[in-house]
Amino acid sequence: MSTVTVLKTAPGTGRRTRLRPSLLGLPLRPRLIAACAVTAVAAFAMFCLGLALGDYPVPLVDVVPALWRSGARGTVFIVHEVRLPRALTGVLVGAAFAASGAVLQAITRNPLASPDMVGINAGATTAVVAGIVLGFGDTLGTPTLGLAGGLLGALAVYLLAWRRGSTGFRIVLVGIGVSWMCTSATDYLLTRAKLHQAQEAVGWLVGNLNGRGWEAVRPLAVAVAVLLPAALLLAGWNRNLQLGDDVARGLGTPVQLARGLLLLVSVALVSFATAAAGPVLFVSLAAPQIAQRLARLSAPPVLLSALTGALLVSGSDLLARHLLPDLDLPVGVVTGAIGAGFLLRLLVRSNRAGSGG
Amino acid sequence: MTPLPAPPPPARPRRAAAYLPAAALLLAVLCLLSLAFGSRAVPIGQVADALFDRAHVDPQIEAIVWSVRLPRTATGLLVGAALGLAGALMQGLTRNPLADPGLLGVSAGASFAIVLAVAVFGASTAPTNLIWYAFAGALAGAVSVHLLGGLGRGGATPVKTALAGIAVTFLLGSFTSALVLRFPLALDRFRFWAAGSLTAADAATLWQVTPLLAAGAVLALATAPALNSLALGEDVAAALGRRVGLIRLRAALAITVLAGTAVALAGPIVFIGLVTPHLARMVTGPDQRRILALTLLGAPSLLIAADVLGRVVARPEEIQAGIVVAFLGGPFFIALARRRRLAEM
Repeated sequence: MSTVTVLKTAPGTGRRTRLRPSLLGLPLRPRLIAACAVTAVAAFAMFCLGLALGDYPVPLVDVVPALWRSGARGTVFIVHEVRLPRALTGVLVGAAFAASGAVLQAITRNPLASPDMVGINAGATTAVVAGIVLGFGDTLGTPTLGLAGGLLGALAVYLLAWRRGSTGFRIVLVGIGVSWMCTSATDYLLTRAKLHQAQEAVGWLVGNLNGRGWEAVRPLAVAVAVLLPAALLLAGWNRNLQLGDDVARGLGTPVQLARGLLLLVSVALVSFATAAAGPVLFVSLAAPQIAQRLARLSAPPVLLSALTGALLVSGSDLLARHLLPDLDLPVGVVTGAIGAGFLLRLLVRSNRAGSGG
Repeated sequence: MTPLPAPPPPARPRRAAAYLPAAALLLAVLCLLSLAFGSRAVPIGQVADALFDRAHVDPQIEAIVWSVRLPRTATGLLVGAALGLAGALMQGLTRNPLADPGLLGVSAGASFAIVLAVAVFGASTAPTNLIWYAFAGALAGAVSVHLLGGLGRGGATPVKTALAGIAVTFLLGSFTSALVLRFPLALDRFRFWAAGSLTAADAATLWQVTPLLAAGAVLALATAPALNSLALGEDVAAALGRRVGLIRLRAALAITVLAGTAVALAGPIVFIGLVTPHLARMVTGPDQRRILALTLLGAPSLLIAADVLGRVVARPEEIQAGIVVAFLGGPFFIALARRRRLAEM
């Protein structure tokens, strides 16, 4: 049901090196900082818009006070209890998927790497579909199953790819093999399921924010609060790994340890996000690439990727809710369509520049 | 003055004579097994009787062999050969060890067409009826990928084509999900199609697609010598007098027809297109002509073996061939990835 794609060569964004101003030893990148600020503001605006629009519209000026429980009681209830969990889930899921993709694309040095390649999505999907079809999903809960399946899938890939160390390319190859097995198990379960079970499973498979309450937000918020700073702290190693194992070792990076830790952060982020909303298509692939182009860097920056992902998912959810209100489209359908448009645009632009590979 | 030593005779793989007949024999045996095994086992002797002496055999056995198992085995033969050839051609053309026909948008196009046909056009869900929708969708998907990949300068280079393939796959995939969620009947049909089964086509349909597949196979085999030049790099190939654009066009045409028909007949089946060419290369060495020839025999063997296994393990029920292939192919591929350097082409 899924296609896994890897390119050996992919268009890089070649960039001349030049001396940069620095602040406390860190390179100071005005463009990156500006892009972060603009994206953060846009994501927050989208978040507020998501809280304001709906069957019972809340004026935008009342939304922000209502977050702190001040204002009319009805408004506070609508914003805080009804819409906030869903909006927060969207922001957090987007940030988690995108940050995870940014880290993973750097580790594998492949701009088309995304978490579904390293067995996370496949494992989570199989576990959740098995839970729905075989009937143990209700007792364990879909989020728990998604989390456990995702972590198990990634662990299997990492252990199977370990052979006197790991390489990014072997991880991707083993990920393809594990994904095949998980997907075939999922397909088998779907053919054995009753139709309504299959519908429930497919609804989850697309990535969905419908009806997410506080119970979905809390674990995800804790995970993002811990893991996103961790990813930022490891960003230096991440940059060195991007240069290749030998160069990274020469720069003093403990290559295997760094790759293991980064992979762990990436996997944990995407597992928690998948547990909350299902595998939302495309965010982990597209958001880092958008961020990289916004900041004009040679590798996806983690923080900007996370902000871009939050913007992408919040915006897509808003579109899904209001573009075709009768259909109740899952957010994954919209992110998939937007992502495809973005990729095609990228393609046309790279063609025009004559650098399309 | 010492005479120059005579040039060594051109090296030829010694096994060349042996492996093709061996592969053909294996394929024949597997076809016989496929006719014999199933929810009701038919002894091999009676299979032969049913095949060659239709009048003097138990009508029930005759019906099983002729109307159920023969079309199924023929589907396995055609689909396996088509997927294997398309994969080998794709890897030779892109020089990417992980190029897979599924990348071209054929599976996504066929999926979307089937769901659209059932959900919106109200097509009957009979499998033979849906084959033509799937075929049209697969062709449309592949053609749009080629056109989008060929926009602008440089023509359809492999990287651009792959990017276009991903984009089209995502776009059609999200439309498919939206439709499937809305129309339970479409989902019901789609989930069985997506598992990848060899039971959809009947004899009449098979006869209709055979000329298409034969044309695709001939085109593929005729492109093999050019792929050998292309393996040296596109500039070298051009210097050797090959017209790279023409080679790409011919290969793309062959891949589209082969992969599109295979997907339409049997649904999306992984592993066969990606891995069989690698297995063939281990035996034959890097000559694309030999790789394609051995793939042509080896790929259907794998698919038919998987189909027979799926019938035997869960008797009296069946597991779809696509599921068996992926489930057994996964560990095999992992072992291969650990041992060999697949990146080396």
